[in-house]
Amino acid sequence: MAGTTTGIPRDVTQGLTQGGIGESTLRPDGTLKVTGEFAYSSDMWHDEMLWGQTLRSTVAHAEIVSIDTSEALAMSGVYAVLTADDLPAAKNYGLEFRDTPVLAYGKVRHHGEPVALVAADHPETARRAAAKIKVEYKELPLITDEASATAPDAVLVHEGRDDKHSKHVPHPNIVHRQPIVRGNADEAAKRADVIVKGEYTFGMQDQAFLGPESGLAVPAEDGGIDLYVATQWLHADREQIAPCLGLPEDKVRMTMAGVGGAFGGREDISMQILASILALRTGKPVKMVYNRYESFFGHVHRHPAKLYYEHGATKDGKITHMKCKIVLDGGAYASSTVSVVGNASSLSVGPYDINDVEIEAIGLYTNNPPCGAMRGFGAVQACFAYEAQMDKLAAALDMDPVELRQINAMEQGTLMPTGQVVDSPAPVAELLRRVKARPMPPERQWESSEGADVRALPGGLSNTTHGEGVVRGVGYAVGIKNVGFSEGFDDYSTAKIRLEVINGEAVATVHTAMAEVGQGGVTVHAQIARTELGVQQVTIHPADTQVGSAGSTSAGRQTYMTGGAIKNSCELVREKVLEIGRRKFGSYHPAWANAELLLEGGKVVTDGGEVLASLVDVLEDEAVEIEEEFRHRPTEAFDLRTGQGNGHVQYAFAAHRAVVEVDTELGLVKVVELACAQDVGKALNPLSVIGQIQGGTTQGLGVAVMEEIIVDPKTAKVRNPSFTDYLLPTILDTPTIPVEYLELADPNAPYGLRGIGEAPTLSSTPAVLAAIRNATGLELTKTPVRPEHLTGT
Amino acid sequence: MDFLRPASWEEALAAKAEHPTAVPIAGGTDVMVEINFDHRRPEYLLDLNRIAELSQWEVGEEKVVLGASVPYTQIIENLKTELPGLARASHTVASPQIRNRGGVGGNLGCASPAGDSHPALLASGAHVEVESQARGVRLIPIDEFYKGVKRNALEADELIKSVHIPKATGPQEFSKVGTRNAMVIAVCAFGLALHPEKRIVRTGIGSAAPTPVRAKEAEEFLNAALEEGGFWDNGKIITPSIAKQFATLASGACNPIDDVRGSANYRRHAVGVMARRTLMWTWESYRGNAEGRTLEGAA
Repeated sequence: MAGTTTGIPRDVTQGLTQGGIGESTLRPDGTLKVTGEFAYSSDMWHDEMLWGQTLRSTVAHAEIVSIDTSEALAMSGVYAVLTADDLPAAKNYGLEFRDTPVLAYGKVRHHGEPVALVAADHPETARRAAAKIKVEYKELPLITDEASATAPDAVLVHEGRDDKHSKHVPHPNIVHRQPIVRGNADEAAKRADVIVKGEYTFGMQDQAFLGPESGLAVPAEDGGIDLYVATQWLHADREQIAPCLGLPEDKVRMTMAGVGGAFGGREDISMQILASILALRTGKPVKMVYNRYESFFGHVHRHPAKLYYEHGATKDGKITHMKCKIVLDGGAYASSTVSVVGNASSLSVGPYDINDVEIEAIGLYTNNPPCGAMRGFGAVQACFAYEAQMDKLAAALDMDPVELRQINAMEQGTLMPTGQVVDSPAPVAELLRRVKARPMPPERQWESSEGADVRALPGGLSNTTHGEGVVRGVGYAVGIKNVGFSEGFDDYSTAKIRLEVINGEAVATVHTAMAEVGQGGVTVHAQIARTELGVQQVTIHPADTQVGSAGSTSAGRQTYMTGGAIKNSCELVREKVLEIGRRKFGSYHPAWANAELLLEGGKVVTDGGEVLASLVDVLEDEAVEIEEEFRHRPTEAFDLRTGQGNGHVQYAFAAHRAVVEVDTELGLVKVVELACAQDVGKALNPLSVIGQIQGGTTQGLGVAVMEEIIVDPKTAKVRNPSFTDYLLPTILDTPTIPVEYLELADPNAPYGLRGIGEAPTLSSTPAVLAAIRNATGLELTKTPVRPEHLTGT
Repeated sequence: MDFLRPASWEEALAAKAEHPTAVPIAGGTDVMVEINFDHRRPEYLLDLNRIAELSQWEVGEEKVVLGASVPYTQIIENLKTELPGLARASHTVASPQIRNRGGVGGNLGCASPAGDSHPALLASGAHVEVESQARGVRLIPIDEFYKGVKRNALEADELIKSVHIPKATGPQEFSKVGTRNAMVIAVCAFGLALHPEKRIVRTGIGSAAPTPVRAKEAEEFLNAALEEGGFWDNGKIITPSIAKQFATLASGACNPIDDVRGSANYRRHAVGVMARRTLMWTWESYRGNAEGRTLEGAA
């Protein structure tokens, strides 16, 4: 393709920012991002590009009677107007089932589903042309919750399902059902001195990542496509894109463009196929950029959930049994609902040792917005409910809520409800002890000689109280999250490492398909290469499909998996280097025969520190390159009837203590402090670890007190698709977040590390809720908490 | 969309006369949101940014003449003493970037019930100075300015030039409820100003009725109660029963809706709480008792 493309990623060489693993090396992209110089995917430009625009459904469930594109096509500057009839090959894509239409055909199943597509020479022309497409809908009855989905005469959201779960689900509007049965909950309940039941509701959270969906598709000479896009997993995208374009995978070449953030929201396809189809159709590069409004419709959200729990305990605080049913609303398309159900089910007990359990989790098909991956992935909803239950149980037993948790805390060797042994450290009681032992933040911090500092009060700058009605509350929570892809998935990551001499210095190049979505992989990958190869200069090659899959940047797996792959490939490179060294210099020094040789400071050294040769002398003009896959130990599927199976790779644990101040008259909340303790296995980059924990904590706070996509139950339409009304915490809503982390190595993981990004998102929300309950005495079974809930209005 | 850029106030009036559908734009913090969301596509935008006088203010003997485009940041920094209620309200507007751009003229032009400056303007008893090429200047009392949801008293050929706001002669307060602690659109808001020289209290309610409104019955009740009890002279603590009745009447002045930001019932409730609190804060300040706010518990 003639013409130049700008804004696409380039090699990043890190020589000045030194540091191996365990050091707080700074991000190579950090300064660029805060100074506005970083090229995000929406900054890409091609001289000859067109702009793509979608038209989305205005109703949630309807037959498409007709689509008239004639007026749009007649507009000057418009190059293409496409509907489902124009799709070149496969019409559907999807992460787990291919149930999602590229463009709706026959019917639309949710508000904001793509129906038609325009390419024009200006974004405004494309937008206006899309507005001129006339779509006639015939509305269908809405499926919006469990009752309407499973009613005997319920309309089917998807007719003729033939996916692998369609045979075992009790109703075609149920995507997946995962029961887990262990012991005998009914029998054990007879031993209980107290039994508490609760019904909990978790709202729909949005990932609200920076940098809405965008990318650039450039048609290639060979009939293929070069696609630059901000995503979370290049290879999984390609697997879904290629069939829809009617191209073999090797003709779909993908490169990661600059990503703002993801949090699961980029796991599913957004504009990738749409831009590619327009590019192939028009023969021109096509750029698509969703605005924030469209972004709310352009990606899946966190599953809203209803959770029904029962716990029993003996007088001494030992939990006898747990029963629960978790209903997750997957919305119109499956996305990753199957896995979210598996997670919610298998982690529904929480980090507790309970032998007798009866668990059921289901994921629904409805006409609500599709839901899928988001930080915490099914475990978040469960944690909100089981932690509320712990407080309720403690109150019923007249026991300290932390003590109750500690009495029942799991530890290394505990059995999960799935029968899996937790075979590495599980310091649940210790994490709780640490957050509880912290000194309390001072009371009434708003008081000053000049009157009340409203910034320290509920309501903040809005000046709603100077201390009147304000009551402090304290709450605790702890959670368990799996790390990595579970249930028998063959998860691997690939790293290509090249070591060579450039300008008289040994330089390592790391090439993976890892999506840098803000987690700091680009920093840590260089740290690993420095540690393993003893070089200073490390070049991180842009992520693309010219190398094997790195898997998804999700499930807290990327440092474990791609970091593990880099470590592994580096070790193989080191072996080769030593082979070359032995060949060249083996006769000069007997130590070359020693197996314990290391690469340090650009040299081959013995484990005693004696220098044998420099890398420059060993390599000369020879480059060593290894591309190798890395796998974690295999997992198993959960039995569909009993839920038994070694389903998870690793577990992560975090605990929080929340201190809040609530204006009990106005129902406004100020979170004063949200202390976290987490076991991270090994902190490869302590600064990044703290950042991840504080970020996850804040995202959990958001859904505790403000974040919710509000869907009108009467129309299934989204009511607040903007940052005006979908509120995210500002810095004034974000408390101090003191973090203590433990480094208890997981012997099965590279360097002993644990995935860290998700666990803090789990316990943050219930800790805040517990603190608000503590301040108000209210039951508060729904998150986010709204002023109406706190004031009974 | 045509972009008109008059160099002077006279040119702006001429342009507005020629194109009555033209939408004036200054900071653009409201108009641009509407355009970006495609809520409106005006034929003409009338850019007022070249007219320097709109960004100026004048502090007179009795009032401040505040140019329509004076950014909120300037009000906060320079007019805290003269216009404490409006300065407080200005501080709750959006983010620092928006406060650097937006001004009261935009709030009045848009006339959204959620505009943050309205309660303070109502409580102060401001007048809006508008002008047309054909009929010249007129001063619209703020009580007659708001006509309906996003409708104001302007004729199609008129532009807002300034707001005449009486300088504070007593304490003023402003409170706003939002569901986060900064950068939030009002769920509801309340402004209150004591006017000791007239021995009256004025109020303003935001976001709890189709337009910004005064809580007139609450004011009348309070004015009578304060007069009757000699409060203005003896500086007594306001009794809980007076504060409570004032709050109840302020709630009663609301005519709110249920929407995505809050329920109607909550808005009524919250306006009552804010009415009571702002009354106590201003009254305690009037009594000259800086520690007075601790007496709130009595209410």
